[in-house]
Amino acid sequence: MAQTPKGLLSAQNVASVRGERTLFSALNLQVNSGEIWQIQGPNGAGKSSLLRILAGLLPPQSGSVCFQGEAIEHNRSAYHQELLFLGHKAGVKPELTAIENLDFFASVQGHVQGRGLQEPPYELLANVGLVGLEDIPAQRLSAGQQRRIALARLWLSNAKLWILDEPFTSLDVHGIELLHERFQWQVARGGAIVMTSHQALNHLPIALQTLVLEYQH
Amino acid sequence: MTGLLAIFIAIMRRDLRVAMRQRSDLLNPILFLLVVITLFPLGVGPGPDVLSRIAPGVIWVSAILSALLGLERIFRDDFRDGALEQMLLLPVAVEWSVLAKITVHWLLTALPLLVLAPLFALLLNLTPSAWGTLWVTLLLGTPVISCVGAIGVALTVSLNKGGALLSLLLLPLLIPLLIFATAAVEASATGLSPAGPLALMAAIMVLTVVLSPYAVHAALRVSVN
Repeated sequence: MAQTPKGLLSAQNVASVRGERTLFSALNLQVNSGEIWQIQGPNGAGKSSLLRILAGLLPPQSGSVCFQGEAIEHNRSAYHQELLFLGHKAGVKPELTAIENLDFFASVQGHVQGRGLQEPPYELLANVGLVGLEDIPAQRLSAGQQRRIALARLWLSNAKLWILDEPFTSLDVHGIELLHERFQWQVARGGAIVMTSHQALNHLPIALQTLVLEYQH
Repeated sequence: MTGLLAIFIAIMRRDLRVAMRQRSDLLNPILFLLVVITLFPLGVGPGPDVLSRIAPGVIWVSAILSALLGLERIFRDDFRDGALEQMLLLPVAVEWSVLAKITVHWLLTALPLLVLAPLFALLLNLTPSAWGTLWVTLLLGTPVISCVGAIGVALTVSLNKGGALLSLLLLPLLIPLLIFATAAVEASATGLSPAGPLALMAAIMVLTVVLSPYAVHAALRVSVN
């Protein structure tokens, strides 16, 4: 398939079957840098499955997913170097504090990897509104605050592609605004975002691409 | 490769920190072991001949059973909070991350056992000439328990009631270990050379440490789907 120079991620002819039910088939998607894609559809339409297929967590029933023109299963490490995936469960350890969780993410992800956090990231904590809560184990924070710990990874990340499953869940209005700002930053630097959300994303000044999945019976 | 080492260390550090916040979970298996070994002399009678004859078997059987107690912790919590999924998305071969998790499990379960082994030998009146061999069998055998256990946990982590299945799955695989370990200890207790069974145990250990991360990776890919 001809690749446009800006093409970041492409899915060709992808199908997903869960149990006996075909969620979607012959699905094509081309994500270019600077784009935000919103996957829409009713519950059970396969939005999360599609995101997991794009992230390489779930093999598609048929079809292929390519990152920068190369099939993701052939170049897994290089792809995951450029990918940030946040699912329903975001991998925040409930026993650890916000700082300890962020320290782990900083040492394993992206281009800052290996350095960890040199000092407590107060600027980052201030960005996501967690100042004063940094020494409390995550399990004692509210759902929205735990979500903020996970989303703080967006401020640590240099990944070109963000795949976010329902990023706005349990966030308050202020948190949603913060996230919008960060989305703009990601798009302005030539990154791309693929996400699911039931919210209308009216506040984004960037053109939004949408893909609607229908519920297949 | 610096990235690889950094990620290996980061996973170990995080898991050790998490474990230190759940100390009661850590103490449980080792207390179980201690209780079983102190109860045996009460149950079978304190005759020194009887005890020293059954000592290798008792220590090893209870070591295996106590290892099964805390085994699910390798991946269960990670599966629940999504850290397992994130582990599959790290920019290194998943086998390295798996090896880091297995190493942490071994440090947390086997090190206390190795430290307490002389005490167990004393409590069960094991012939002093066999103490060293017992320690070596534990040193060679516990990595096998952690590695084989990790495969079992990876296969059953997505099942709600995986615990019973896990024991059924793992116990048969650990029988060779039990046979060679007790054979080695008994050999040294009767003044024979334990080299044969020890060499076999070392071979089993090398094999499982090298190959199990691949099996765990394959099992995890199925489990997180």
